[in-house]
Amino acid sequence: MSITEQNLNSAGMSGEQAENKPEEGYFTRLLSQVPAGYWVLAVVLLLMPSVASNFVLFQIFGWTFILGMIALSLMFLAGYGGMVSIVQMTVAGIAGYMVAIIGPSAITDISLGWPWWINIPLALVIATVFGSLTGALAVRTEGIYTIMITLAIASAFFYFARQNYVMFNGFQGFNGVLPPELFGVNWRGPKAFYYLTLFWATVSFLVVQYVSRAPFGLALQGVRDNARRMEALGFNVTAHRIAAYAFAALIAGVGGILLTWQSAQISPGTIGVGPVIDVLVIAVIGGMKRPIGPFIGAFIYVVLKTFAIDILVSLGMSGDRFQLLIGLGFLLIVFFSPDGILGLWERLRSSKNRDPLLDKDGGGL
Amino acid sequence: MNAHMPVSERLDATGNGNAIELRGLSKYFGALAALSDITISVKPGERRAILGSNGAGKTTLFNCITGDFLPTAGVIRFFGEDITAFPAHERIRRGLRRTYQISLLFSGLSVFDNIYLACCGVSQNRFSFFRPKKDDALITSTEDLLGVVHLEDVRDTIVEELSYGQQRQLEIAMALSGAPRFVLFDEPAAGLSPTERSELIEILNGLPSHMGFVIIEHDMDVALRVSESVTMMHNGCIFKEGKPAEIEEDPEVQALYLGDGHG
Repeated sequence: MSITEQNLNSAGMSGEQAENKPEEGYFTRLLSQVPAGYWVLAVVLLLMPSVASNFVLFQIFGWTFILGMIALSLMFLAGYGGMVSIVQMTVAGIAGYMVAIIGPSAITDISLGWPWWINIPLALVIATVFGSLTGALAVRTEGIYTIMITLAIASAFFYFARQNYVMFNGFQGFNGVLPPELFGVNWRGPKAFYYLTLFWATVSFLVVQYVSRAPFGLALQGVRDNARRMEALGFNVTAHRIAAYAFAALIAGVGGILLTWQSAQISPGTIGVGPVIDVLVIAVIGGMKRPIGPFIGAFIYVVLKTFAIDILVSLGMSGDRFQLLIGLGFLLIVFFSPDGILGLWERLRSSKNRDPLLDKDGGGL
Repeated sequence: MNAHMPVSERLDATGNGNAIELRGLSKYFGALAALSDITISVKPGERRAILGSNGAGKTTLFNCITGDFLPTAGVIRFFGEDITAFPAHERIRRGLRRTYQISLLFSGLSVFDNIYLACCGVSQNRFSFFRPKKDDALITSTEDLLGVVHLEDVRDTIVEELSYGQQRQLEIAMALSGAPRFVLFDEPAAGLSPTERSELIEILNGLPSHMGFVIIEHDMDVALRVSESVTMMHNGCIFKEGKPAEIEEDPEVQALYLGDGHG
């Protein structure tokens, strides 16, 4: 069984085996591999605006999709490439800063006010270049050293942005950073923003899922498992890793632009060490084995962050200790399931399906 | 440094016609001379066995040729081109292949994916973001290689679930990906059952005659049945070179192999 089918099958839904079907078009074959659960999820998400409140659409789901994308870029690097990059929120922040600097914002002294069709692509290019440069520095290190280097870059950029007033407007950052009114739609309207973020989250999810089985993604997983062997198969491992950083930076960049539009502002607080590490927390909570994990993690994180204050206050505790709940949740998940909610779900499933005589499924707790 | 020289200078002007040529190759690990002053030439299409006791430097020799280590001194030429300082992947792209003594496979991937990756590595598609179509050339050659090493039945099995013998066969299939011009086999028969050994001999003897190889082998029986010349190594040096029959008869070799060490 090839990776995708195995992935999809173990995700809990019966995936159709492509080989058993008569030869159809390439695209139909791809579609037939999508398990039923994902179709249900797609319908639910598409119909959500007809029932959910504006707050839920904009604040809960909009934010979930955005953080999910940024964590997805980390999942791609860490899950497929074995490279834990702490810098993904910084990459997102750079894309956000660039739309504010190159495009219009309330800080008219600095912002160039260029139109969206230059502004957005340029912001993404700059974020991708930054991600690749970080990658070029980080790929020669392994494990904890990768984490340290990327963390150092992330905090260096945070302090730089906070102290630089000429370009980054220091502590204040930029406000009034609004999405262009394309097709006459106000994209910050709750429903419009919901669909906008849903669209880009879906695109990034599908692209990552697709690339994971294309030569590039497959080779990345090979590099993760055995870099020396990949060299001996003719792969330039360093170049491959840097390319992975560039690809991940593009996804994070899209997320960063959406994040900036959501709050209509970007400031050093967006890319501080806290938010930077939150991305790692989100990816770990969700699970880094498959692209759906970061979105699950982001949903849990956003719900906790939004409602923790109410829960704490109703328990008679101080509301500003909401980080405590997130921290506890993180501890519990890491303790009981090092591979996140996804891993927990898989083990529950496999223990339910396990043959008690043969103990065939093996993946017990 | 060699990579930056013009091609004309890197290619041996006289074209000495050797597939692999080692001149004065030495490798030191600290004070330990793993290889000292090795000079060997192997013709294209030649099948050479390297014999020698543990620690004779056989695998170190392979590691230097494929670029896992850089040699301390000496020159490595591959079809006339000086590849001494090339990174491993550049050597592989030039048609050099190897297998590993302890299988280096991607244990979480299927048999098919392992061979497919090997085929990608030596093609222009290695950076492709697009999934292959069913009639893709790389898919076809992957299917062919599955056939060559008789692994069609386990094509979708995850590698860690394969038997040891099957993993060794997979290792060979991966070394035959693309268009190999010369292959280094590092003890392919180690740990195989007698049946698997004869299958291995069959696979090796079935390789196209233009494809030369060097095989490290402890099992004299396997080594002598697949090779036409033998190099005997001892303590990082070349000890004897010759035809299989000569080596087998040689009293010094017999002493080294059959008893002196135990006496």
